[in-house]
Amino acid sequence: MSSIEERVKKIVAEQLGVKEDEVKAEASFVEDLGADSLDTVELVMALEEEFETEIPDEEAEKITTVQLAIDYINANLA
Amino acid sequence: MSRKRVVITGLGMVSPLGNTVEDTWSGILNGKSGVAPISAFDASAFTTQFSASVKDFSVDGYFPTKDARKMDPFIQFGMVAGIQAMRDSGLDVNDENGNRIGVSIGSGIGGIGTIENGTLVVEHKGPRRMSPFFVPGAIINMIAGNLSIHYGLRGPNIAVTTACTTGTHCIGLAARSIMYGDADVMLAGGAEMATTPVGLGGFAAARALSTRNDDPSAASRPWDKDRDGFVLGDGAGVMVLEEYEHAKARGAKIYAELIGFGMSGDAYHMTSPPEDGAGAALSMQNAVKDAGIELSRINYINAHGTSTPAGDKAECHAVKTVMQSAVDQVAVSSTKSMIGHLLGAAGAVEAIFSVLAIRDQVAPPTINLDNPDDGCDINLVPNTAQERAIQAVLSNSFGFGGTNGSLIFSKIN
Repeated sequence: MSSIEERVKKIVAEQLGVKEDEVKAEASFVEDLGADSLDTVELVMALEEEFETEIPDEEAEKITTVQLAIDYINANLA
Repeated sequence: MSRKRVVITGLGMVSPLGNTVEDTWSGILNGKSGVAPISAFDASAFTTQFSASVKDFSVDGYFPTKDARKMDPFIQFGMVAGIQAMRDSGLDVNDENGNRIGVSIGSGIGGIGTIENGTLVVEHKGPRRMSPFFVPGAIINMIAGNLSIHYGLRGPNIAVTTACTTGTHCIGLAARSIMYGDADVMLAGGAEMATTPVGLGGFAAARALSTRNDDPSAASRPWDKDRDGFVLGDGAGVMVLEEYEHAKARGAKIYAELIGFGMSGDAYHMTSPPEDGAGAALSMQNAVKDAGIELSRINYINAHGTSTPAGDKAECHAVKTVMQSAVDQVAVSSTKSMIGHLLGAAGAVEAIFSVLAIRDQVAPPTINLDNPDDGCDINLVPNTAQERAIQAVLSNSFGFGGTNGSLIFSKIN
């Protein structure tokens, strides 16, 4: 089974329509990967679905980079 | 001050006969049918199991697939037709002219498939799983919105919705905004993709659709005695309307001039026209008056002609009422016999066929017309296109609610 990091990067790539090798850990969804505010809402929903969890809106707002998404999943699902 | 003249300088289309204007037009002139059994979903429980759907569609070469994911198919069709029309016009949008270029593209129904799916998400997964793109992916004005963003078009941005007259009204009203001075250029037309379970089921329940499941390509047969309803069609048509002097100054290719636009309401019934087609006649008369044209110069009429028992007969009656003695020289055909009824896109693709009829001096055929109904004793261009001198063309659209529109295009003089 893929690692959490790989699964997060795959979803980010799919949702934002970018290549997986562009999805670096430090990449910001908005500044580096071209997401707008609605894209980030949908991205969080996709993460919720993949990891079968609910991310509260106030937490979701803080997830602005690939690494922060990985960290959140690790902290809340591990 | 005399009103400004409006000409057509670009065309774009996605249709059941092809995903470009020229592919579709070649199918039309050859009398091909774009009707086939529905394959997008299991239609076996429906009384009608066929449609005139778009085939092999892709946004590649037009805009990113990533953006397409956020758009109902009707928006994707409209975007592609709009981009084709802009490319065809050769118009460059820049900071200077962007304020003077607008969009007027509607849809009869809008993103019904997206709405169906959203309903299922709420029902089965709960409201938290609704996509943030549900609303902008479904609402009717998002072709106008997305095209304006794509090109930087900051002029009037509207989407009239009047059922099956949408495309015609969007073009006519766009032309008036140029005549009035609100814009120099308008992208105008309509788009539709209502061949979904709910769309098909709804029109079937209204008893509006043909049920000729054993022979789909013969199902759309306007004015034929054996017609039994229309065929749902999908697609989009967009034309670039441009103020004449503006077009001349940049050396644009000019297809034709839009010289007349008329509208009316039936004030009669939700889904049926009056037998004498009075509302249709008034719409045509208003367009003729607006154009100030002699009836003998109207040599082709692209009829609404949906293949419904009541509508076709009423339109025939109306054409005779309006054309008077000039009815003997006019060719009247329904291209819906080949591409079905594109609802909110119908008036737009038919306006494009009207313009091409002038360019190529040919009246497209009405296919499947084997035995014309009683009273339909005019030249309905049965089964084979007719090469003929065409100075001007009138194009009709009539919609549920009793909403009518007629456009008149002419050779540029």
